[in-house]
Amino acid sequence: MAKKPVNFTLNGQDRAAFADDGQNLLEFLRRGVGDLSPKYGCGQGACGACTVLIDGETQLSCLVLAETVDGKAVRTASGLAAGALDPLQTAFMEHFSAQCGYCTPGMLMSARALLDHNPRPTRDEVIEAISGNLCRCTGYEPIISAILAVAEGRVRA
Amino acid sequence: MALHRGRGFAAINYPIGMNLGGDPSQALVHSNPDGKFTVALSAIDLGQGMKSVTRQIAAETLGVPIEDVYVDTADSDTGPHDMGSFASRGTHRMGNAVIQASLEARSVMLEAAAEELEVDAADLVTDGRGNIHVKGAPSRSITTMAAAQAAQFKQGRTIAGRGIFLIPLSEVDPETGEMTPVSCFAHAAMLVEVEVDDETGEVAVLDMQSAYEVGRALNPKLVEQQLRGGAWMGMSHAIWETTEPYYPAREHGPRDFNFYLMPGPGDLAPHHISVLERPAPDGPYGGKGPGEMCANPVLPAVVNAVYDAIGVRIDDLPVTPEKVLRGLKAIGGARPRKAL
Repeated sequence: MAKKPVNFTLNGQDRAAFADDGQNLLEFLRRGVGDLSPKYGCGQGACGACTVLIDGETQLSCLVLAETVDGKAVRTASGLAAGALDPLQTAFMEHFSAQCGYCTPGMLMSARALLDHNPRPTRDEVIEAISGNLCRCTGYEPIISAILAVAEGRVRA
Repeated sequence: MALHRGRGFAAINYPIGMNLGGDPSQALVHSNPDGKFTVALSAIDLGQGMKSVTRQIAAETLGVPIEDVYVDTADSDTGPHDMGSFASRGTHRMGNAVIQASLEARSVMLEAAAEELEVDAADLVTDGRGNIHVKGAPSRSITTMAAAQAAQFKQGRTIAGRGIFLIPLSEVDPETGEMTPVSCFAHAAMLVEVEVDDETGEVAVLDMQSAYEVGRALNPKLVEQQLRGGAWMGMSHAIWETTEPYYPAREHGPRDFNFYLMPGPGDLAPHHISVLERPAPDGPYGGKGPGEMCANPVLPAVVNAVYDAIGVRIDDLPVTPEKVLRGLKAIGGARPRKAL
């Protein structure tokens, strides 16, 4: 099976690794690159646990061919804390927005993309942004509250 | 064709733990030479907060800062035996076992401190900030770290404790059928408001108001988190989720998350929660455990609210649009129980 070299940035750092033919980005990130923050939930794009940002847009990494990120910028939850926690991470802790935590990295990335594009979203826009991310524990309300708290500047930096 | 609103009420009693072959939990607590403590448990934290709560209980009982306690649930092969994390038993069973183990470890810690301070262990108190001192004489003190190090390197003591909490099996009296399957109940009541569309059969939950009696809320934020998430799951079981919609026929069962329906973030209902604290006599610091009961009252309350709204009594969950429409057809159209 042919391997393809993939040059990309992961959370701002230059990375180069070989992707197996047909390997999806989630498996490539977890096994090839060692970033375990995107989670495998369903493997068919229905749960959102594997959400990452590619050139600033949310993508389900289980549905993306690894070789297609060549030359692109990939961001994952493991890169959110640069020195200090991302305000979203702080807000998720303060609002008890995680129980088992499996959806959390995907939720954080969907929320990050939303706030990057739209720093002051309405509640409906927050709901729309996380509507592709399933959560089994929290009932969603604490997650919505955390994202709105960041949008409204109610989180300590 | 119209939207009909209805209100439904439900009240539940929920047993903590179970009654199979008896219901034991064990805990082991030991200090490390730096004066910090490890609590070994074999039941795991599923995200409900069991590690946080047992950590609080251990720190409170030992008399040390919570930062100085680590709860290890790494391996049920090598850890002390436990029945597991289910039946809403974690806080109650494991918490009691942790108290017993921590009391034993604390008494050894105080003996070690007493030997160093040359006083009677019965005269010592902890300040919860990492110090042990003579009652009424705070200046005669030793840190828990110094006591642990003296025990380890000088006195040859193990600052450790064993704990077990067992609810024995309750046999059934063959004459009367009487038994005592549980020692502790939690309670809840819930009022739900729904809107039923008599054209599509869809049910929307508009509002939930609940009161939960959980013993003492050992960690109020975790209790609220459980109740909020659990009510969402109850709502989901009431009107969305099923693996076999035509049970016992297997047809039309969902194969993946695209077909397994659950309410998303746009389908939430405001949930107003009241927590009533009545410490349980046999609970650790009075705690019971919100656990599974946080989902339970929603289901009967929703079914009752649907009945109130359209006069259709549904006794087969979930309340799907198909069942609502079949029910409406059977009674010849919506018959609201009362105008709201």
